[in-house]
Amino acid sequence: MRRIIAVLLENEAGALSRVVGLFAQRNYNIETLTVAPTEDPTLSRLTLTTEGDEGKIEQIIKHLNRLIEVVRVFDLTEGDHLEREIIMIKVRADGAARAEVKRTTDMFGGQIVDVDQNTYTIQLVGPSGKLTAFIDALDGNQVVEVVRSGVSGIGRGDRILSL
Amino acid sequence: MTERLSGGDMLIRALRDEGVEYIFGYPGGAALHIYDAIFRQQEIEHILVRHEQAATHMADGYARATGRPGVVLVTSGPGATNAITGIATAYMDSTPIVVISGQVPNDLIGTDAFQETDMVGISRPVVKHSFLVRAASEIPNVVKKAFYIAASGRPGPVVIDVPKDTTDPNDLHEYNYPAEVSLRSYKPSSGGHVGQIRKGVRALSEARRPVIYAGGGVVQGDASAELVAVARKLGYPVTNTLMGLGAFPGDDPQFLGMLGMHGTYEANCAMHHADLIFAVGARFDDRVTNNAAKFCPEARIIHVDVDPASIAKIIKVDIPIVGHCKVVLAEMLAVLETEITGTLDNADDVTAWWQRIDRWRAEHGLDHDQSERRGAGGSLLPQQVVQAVYRATGGDAYVTSDVGQHQMFAAQYYRFSKPRRWINSGGLGTMGFGFPAAMGVQFAFPDKTVVCITGEGSFMMNMQELSTCMQYSLPIKIINLNNQALGMVKQWQDMQYAGRHSHSTYRDALPDFSQMVGSFGHVGIKVTTLEELNSVIPDIFGDRYRNDLVFLDAHIDPDEHVYPMHIKGGSLKDMVLGNEEPT
Repeated sequence: MRRIIAVLLENEAGALSRVVGLFAQRNYNIETLTVAPTEDPTLSRLTLTTEGDEGKIEQIIKHLNRLIEVVRVFDLTEGDHLEREIIMIKVRADGAARAEVKRTTDMFGGQIVDVDQNTYTIQLVGPSGKLTAFIDALDGNQVVEVVRSGVSGIGRGDRILSL
Repeated sequence: MTERLSGGDMLIRALRDEGVEYIFGYPGGAALHIYDAIFRQQEIEHILVRHEQAATHMADGYARATGRPGVVLVTSGPGATNAITGIATAYMDSTPIVVISGQVPNDLIGTDAFQETDMVGISRPVVKHSFLVRAASEIPNVVKKAFYIAASGRPGPVVIDVPKDTTDPNDLHEYNYPAEVSLRSYKPSSGGHVGQIRKGVRALSEARRPVIYAGGGVVQGDASAELVAVARKLGYPVTNTLMGLGAFPGDDPQFLGMLGMHGTYEANCAMHHADLIFAVGARFDDRVTNNAAKFCPEARIIHVDVDPASIAKIIKVDIPIVGHCKVVLAEMLAVLETEITGTLDNADDVTAWWQRIDRWRAEHGLDHDQSERRGAGGSLLPQQVVQAVYRATGGDAYVTSDVGQHQMFAAQYYRFSKPRRWINSGGLGTMGFGFPAAMGVQFAFPDKTVVCITGEGSFMMNMQELSTCMQYSLPIKIINLNNQALGMVKQWQDMQYAGRHSHSTYRDALPDFSQMVGSFGHVGIKVTTLEELNSVIPDIFGDRYRNDLVFLDAHIDPDEHVYPMHIKGGSLKDMVLGNEEPT
């Protein structure tokens, strides 16, 4: 099962490498990983997505908690949550394809953020599944370059990850 | 007025304020400011080793015997990388050591400077935590945190990487050693959850075929007295893991011996047929469980461990109790004392269970008198050597071992009566561990008998420390079970590779060990028969050699195998009991 795990981490040199190293060392899979400082400059917030059965996820969470610099671990997928990812995608857009790409982008609620004679660069925000659907909706031959931010997530309502 | 000290002096002063007695180390360029600080003080004794790996094992042996963190000091680059095996050894067996490594100056980090290596990176998978000192002023706090992290919760090794500029003798700072430390991200648990403890006690009192399975956490957590009290109150059989030996008295009738790959027949059978396993400070290692899918099919499992990640890692647990073994066992005992007065309702079942266990014990238990046996051509047997050492030391010596057949013979036949007496590399299985570990123990307890039961293969991995033993007059008794081969490898090749001894022998290339140790100034004795053994044992453990390092080179039957041995892929009860005798 796919899980989104949020981690509050001491904002110290080397802390991120311990998290990443843990996954490699214990043969856990990381699909996406994002990390950035929080409103509290001493803390970073890291969101990762991984796959695994219940036992494996339980072990991942326990081992994350065992790292000295990990302050809090939160499995967002255990309850209601919001999930967002941003994608920027550069597609070949010339001739008749130009209008077609524009239409598809509008349908998905994306924005064209850069234009030149032959290409559009499109930005789209949403849950990962929506972004994947957008890529699938484009003609594969047109896609020149794709960059995805990886997933960020937050709990809904009073599901709050803080100190 | 607070003193102003250099980083190097602060580091040594902080160690002193932590109560450190010994530093095991080896100097080099990046550590020289620290070594100068050591020279200018008297309180801490530095032990000069001959190889950094040995320094880490000494600190580890010291820590296992005393329960206090052992301290290592090495230089950058090769000094640091040489220490890695010892750090990994301590990590796998959860022992508290603090390893201080010199590092190139901060402004050279990342430039591939002379003797530069990324110690924090290289050690990362095998440490509990590590620090890279960025400024001299951080040093007192970092040392305080390092010792706290190493020794609390589930103990483990901590590395402090110290760039040379942070120990500059001309850069002075105010020294204040913090009285205590609190980390918002690290709060080790102590007492267990009350509801879980009650559930555990209820399960224990209702069991019909219970086994108490206690591991190294009971030794490390100083919970032996509590374990014995709970076991006595219940009257249930107790088995120890390799790491747990000594947690329960080895010659006690309630003790089934060690379990696992080379565990006793009765311990493994009892585990397999049990309806309740009470696991304390043990981690269901693959050398214990055999095939995890076939592990104890009828048992409910209670698991007490200080590390939540150890619970349900390998085997599903019915009643997990996260907490320090000592505290949880004391809490369970208190509940048992109030709730159980008189005999338990399950008394008849437990009596029948003991009868079954006693039958297993009578059928295939270990024979604790091997004096009538002889090896091929009348040769000496390794079990006889261990038994002779056991009798001569009354089960009360500190015994370290290396890794292989001799380790298993020692574990099976030296019946440890107290915790912290048996010191071996159970997790990582590090050959070369035993001798330096024995040195660390001897430093901690100069007047106690310290024995290293080893094999010639393991011993040759760290024998350079014979020189260190001469320098510091360490009277260790080294018992070398010499079968002129890498015995455990050879045994596996005998049993699984049709006797093809691929690179497990070196018969014609071995030194005369007694001459070799003689050249270091120690006493070497060679024996080849039981009679010769019996004639030298009283001298080795008596007054004659009280102050000498003695190396007993015991030439044993090279074809003797360790039994019982688990059949790969089977359950706990599936064992080979002797040549061609599977259960």
